[in-house]
Amino acid sequence: MSAYGIDKRHHTLTVLVENKPGVLARVAGLFARRGYNIFSLAVAPSDDARFSRITIVVDVESAPLDQIVKQLDKLIPVVSITELAPSAARERELLLVTVEVSPETRGQVIQLVGVFEGKIIDVGHDRLTVMLAGSPTKVDDFEDLIRSYGIVELQRTGRVALPMLERSDDRSNLSAKVLGFANHTEKAG
Amino acid sequence: MDPREMTGAQALIKSLEMQRVEVMFGLPGGAILPVYDPIIDSSIRHILVRHEQGAGHMAQGYAQVTGRPGVAIVTSGPGATNIVTPLADAYMDSTPLVVITGQVATSSIGSDAFQESDTTGITMGITKHNWLVTDANDIPRVVAEAFHVATTGRPGPVLIDMPKDIAQASMEWYWPEPSDLDLPGYHPVTRGDPELVREAAEMMLAAERPVIYAGGGILKARASEGLRELSERTGIPVVTTLMARGCFPDSHPLCLGMPGMHGNYTAVTAMQRSDLLIALGSRFDDRVTGRVDAFAPEAKVIHVDIDPAEHHKVRRADVAIVGDCRLVIDELLMALDSLGLPHSDATRVGSGGTPSDAAPGAPAVPGSSAASFPRDRVDLWRAKLGEWQIRFPLVYAQTDAPGELKPQFVLETLRDATPDDTIVASGVGQHQMFASQWWKFDYPNTWINSGGLGTMGFAVPASIGAKVGRPDKMVWAVDGDGCFQMTAQELVTASSERIPVKIALLNNAYLGMVRQWQEMFYEERYSEVYLSPDLPDYVGWAESMGCIGIRVESPEEVGPAIDKANSIDDRPVVIDFRTDASEKVYPMVAAGASNDEIIVDPSLMRGDN
Repeated sequence: MSAYGIDKRHHTLTVLVENKPGVLARVAGLFARRGYNIFSLAVAPSDDARFSRITIVVDVESAPLDQIVKQLDKLIPVVSITELAPSAARERELLLVTVEVSPETRGQVIQLVGVFEGKIIDVGHDRLTVMLAGSPTKVDDFEDLIRSYGIVELQRTGRVALPMLERSDDRSNLSAKVLGFANHTEKAG
Repeated sequence: MDPREMTGAQALIKSLEMQRVEVMFGLPGGAILPVYDPIIDSSIRHILVRHEQGAGHMAQGYAQVTGRPGVAIVTSGPGATNIVTPLADAYMDSTPLVVITGQVATSSIGSDAFQESDTTGITMGITKHNWLVTDANDIPRVVAEAFHVATTGRPGPVLIDMPKDIAQASMEWYWPEPSDLDLPGYHPVTRGDPELVREAAEMMLAAERPVIYAGGGILKARASEGLRELSERTGIPVVTTLMARGCFPDSHPLCLGMPGMHGNYTAVTAMQRSDLLIALGSRFDDRVTGRVDAFAPEAKVIHVDIDPAEHHKVRRADVAIVGDCRLVIDELLMALDSLGLPHSDATRVGSGGTPSDAAPGAPAVPGSSAASFPRDRVDLWRAKLGEWQIRFPLVYAQTDAPGELKPQFVLETLRDATPDDTIVASGVGQHQMFASQWWKFDYPNTWINSGGLGTMGFAVPASIGAKVGRPDKMVWAVDGDGCFQMTAQELVTASSERIPVKIALLNNAYLGMVRQWQEMFYEERYSEVYLSPDLPDYVGWAESMGCIGIRVESPEEVGPAIDKANSIDDRPVVIDFRTDASEKVYPMVAAGASNDEIIVDPSLMRGDN
């Protein structure tokens, strides 16, 4: 399986931070100095210009998730943290890839892109650049299949995620845990 | 000119005045020059140090005795890097500090300018937060935010990096309202969850071998009185960690003293055998727990801490309460009321006897309505602790042989010759452990040391800061010869500022703690630990720095030298005690060993057999 596959070790944290210089360095520095592993990381301004959203996929084998979340929350510019378990998140990722094509393979690549609902965004004499957005597994699968044609360059954005929506009235089964602003009082167990 | 118009530098100093800063410790330089000009006209006393590390440790000493944030001010580059150690120290020990550093002009940042360093980057991991000011109009707000962050929640050091051009720029003065602070991600929780508090109170009443594990958070929260009431009402004994010495009186019959690597046998073993640890503002530091998986194996854990990240970090808590220790203890007392626990039982606890005096199986307290409260069983527990205290006391033997002045004898004599509320600052090493073991701390905030970071050289500057903060109290630094050589130059600061601290230098001519480990764990192969008793000449050095210097070589000289030092109040005093290098700190739990493997003084084991 590709390194990008859904893995129970990987939890997604979406972290709302103040949009100020150096905040990403504070977050990354915290992970580095406490020995937490970052699997992927995506940053962009949020819908409110005062805040940015950092989506971090963490490896919970490197440290207990509880510790990672609480240490993150201690950073002053961190406003709130939403934790998404792998099964409770709608995750998407964008891939850009430039792939080699010959007159024989060009058609196969275009067909593969069509099957995966990707888009060809640039065309050269012997290369194509393809864009594909989808769930991390879908992007993994595409990457596996396109590899045999010869990858010139490939970039993935890292995941972004939102909580899965409730389908029943059962509110006790919340899929996301929101920290920050709230009272952190909690009990073991 | 509009009186509200001023420079950034003036705004900075005025903001510090608005925060009621009385004193700051610092040393000027190029990038901070503009800020030093308005200091001349300020009500704030500036103490000129001889090295920026001294400024930081002085601010720490000041903060630890007053409970107010310590303020230090230094220049960019080397000034900033020299204060990195005190910042890391204060971060480990949760000491509120506000450090102001100069920075090169904003237009030069990133150009490797003269005395430029990435100060906010360097200190990111060792401050609670830091700010690089990029607009003079932000200064009052940033200062207000800095003091708020440093002093609330879990206290800690903060840093404000002030570029030279921002200090020179003009701004229009204002003072922010609390609502103007821009800290949307900072909301410390101070009150405990009532349900968890009630559950904790029930566990306290049900326990048979409970121990209160009091940490530095008790002092930070000013919770000493509440702690005493909690202990006396429940009869639960208290251990006080290295960071908490004095938060509960050593002379109290329920006080077991210090736990940990060099804690006394009873404190260490009480935790090991306990069925309930009530951790109040303590953090299960490795020096307390020893090997974690063998630590207090039968104990359930109640953990009260204002920092939720401390919960379950080292030891899983059965009940974890986020909150300020003082407020949570008050809530616990109310919960105990509602559970029917009677008020203080003076006949048992206030009798002045040791816990072993309490007769096992004594009749229940008359009028007690707490039928479920196993007072008898706690009495049995206390009787057991009393037996251990008698069997495994702290010991040493002062002989008449020349060259065998024992450090413990010096400390006992010093303790008995000074007022009970004397403030003691220490460095790091054997002398620190001896001081913590042999002093009797009966008052909060009278013991200042570098607990978490273990910074050698802490004592001299920290004692100076403490004396500045509490000029009414006698302040002694207990220092080692290795430590003293790291920061002794600050005695020049003390002499010139007329800050009469006293230094008890336990001079055994070795890096003593390292020597002890090499003796015990490296087959007496002593590698790079020998200093020298005479080089430097400590008495001559002290006198050259404007202090009185006294040399003591034998036990009979100890008392008179201390009396002489205590009579001097116009300058610092250094006593060079030539102590026995072979003396080791016992008890000891070796690094990585279980607390069950505590090594007591060999003489006790011989006495047993």
